[in-house]
Amino acid sequence: MTERNNSAWSPSSREIERQSSRRAINRKQVLIAALSSLLVLGTLVIVLVTSPGWHSVKATFFDIEYGKEVFPTVIKGLWINLQLTFIGGAAIGIIALGLALLRTTKSPTLTPFRFLATAYVDIFRGAPLILIILLVGFGVPALGLKGISSNVIFLGTVAVVLTYSAYVAEVIRSGILSIHPSQRAAARSLGLSSGQTMRYVVLPQAIRRVVPPLLNDFVSLLKDTGLVSILGVTDAVRAAQINASRTFNYTPYVVAAILFLLITIPMTRYTDRAIRQRTNAQSAEGAI
Amino acid sequence: MSNVLELKSVRKSFGDEVVLNDLSLVVPEHTATVLIGASGSGKSTLLRCINLLETIDDGQIFLDGKEITDPLINVDEVRRKLGMVFQSFNLFPHKTVLENITLAPIKVQGKGAEEARANAKALLLRFDLADKADEYPDRLSGGQQQRVAIIRSLAVSPRLLLLDEITSALDPVLVNEVLSIVRDLKSDGMTMVLATHEMGFATQVADEVCFLESGNILERGSADAVLHNPKNPKTQEFLTRVHQAGRL
Repeated sequence: MTERNNSAWSPSSREIERQSSRRAINRKQVLIAALSSLLVLGTLVIVLVTSPGWHSVKATFFDIEYGKEVFPTVIKGLWINLQLTFIGGAAIGIIALGLALLRTTKSPTLTPFRFLATAYVDIFRGAPLILIILLVGFGVPALGLKGISSNVIFLGTVAVVLTYSAYVAEVIRSGILSIHPSQRAAARSLGLSSGQTMRYVVLPQAIRRVVPPLLNDFVSLLKDTGLVSILGVTDAVRAAQINASRTFNYTPYVVAAILFLLITIPMTRYTDRAIRQRTNAQSAEGAI
Repeated sequence: MSNVLELKSVRKSFGDEVVLNDLSLVVPEHTATVLIGASGSGKSTLLRCINLLETIDDGQIFLDGKEITDPLINVDEVRRKLGMVFQSFNLFPHKTVLENITLAPIKVQGKGAEEARANAKALLLRFDLADKADEYPDRLSGGQQQRVAIIRSLAVSPRLLLLDEITSALDPVLVNEVLSIVRDLKSDGMTMVLATHEMGFATQVADEVCFLESGNILERGSADAVLHNPKNPKTQEFLTRVHQAGRL
């Protein structure tokens, strides 16, 4: 690309006029946006604060002093959630990739595994996560198998990994199916085997395409790790629950919610940005 | 001169539609066979059948005297001997120009990365694309992309090159830079089968021109005979229409 020299250019008087009227329009729009936000949010705050039960709600849910007191235990619990998310996330990535590849293979030797992979995805995508956690968390120790840990953190992670692998496998599979057949034709006509075509041509493009939905699933995963609290794992939710049931003050729940939001909101914003960039890139690359 | 490719009574249908009907063709070494005909006449399907991207319904295809339509044949091994260039380029968008070209030599032929890169760079230099080696395909013009696609198929030193309307998706001003590569390859002695709508180009490179309609070769012969003195009324009609579209 040759860049033309722009330094010699100075805007015409008409362009200067246009720029200043654009700025005027902009100022007006910002003002309107600010006024309407103030009006809507102000009304909400007034309705909340003037409601008859506000004082008791404030005392039970927004007790700042108590919030500070429970903060260390809740954040210690949150550390468990984060560990679960990252360790589980890695396991999910590997298992889901395997499932997605099995579900898209046409190899006759792998036919039984393809059926198993489909059955697996159907079951774990269809059953509520909380039931899987209960079944694994209480069912597996009851089997009394040797060598299988009955640590609740381990079993909770296994349950979450089982379920999320099914979700993520479907996302990856949709990415694989979205790659145009002409890419496969080009690779095969160069003599690449079907496995090589998948590894070097289809999969790299497919994964890039599904990064935004995978980030979405990652945010969901972090939130859903809170469900392992039902097995007695002292994560952020459980830590808040213990404190709340001791004092009948629900501020710890609010603290836990805020801590989750502090992590998930930036992640969601980032995901939205990734999706926007992906959409732009796709419209730029046209039919491919 | 030996025959690189031979098709005997090839038949192919999609559902009820017969796309290739009892079609026979011989392509001797170092010659170029040009397929002409309207869209849907079976040109692309014929090329895809030769490349085993489609399975034929009947007949036989031989490459260097060996039947490649035998179900027991190693498909990947056959395709290594065939280069194919598509109308829509089909470069790999996540790989640079150099990576596009070296993928098959490294992974399929088992060449070392250094050797493959050196070969690719020599080819890029020869076809005036040396400065694009590290660009991604979406940064190139259509003509440049198609030239890279041709180089990519040449990098595995194919026995036979299949070119499927390689200029149909291009801006008219870019057509010639692509066709001049094909002319160079022809003078190097590359054996080719190509489908095209560029009749002037067909006249320059073709040793044999075949006019296809509804999956049949209605007329075949030298470029001069088929393109300038067609005998079959359908060929005449087709060429008149191409004339009117201003392509000759």
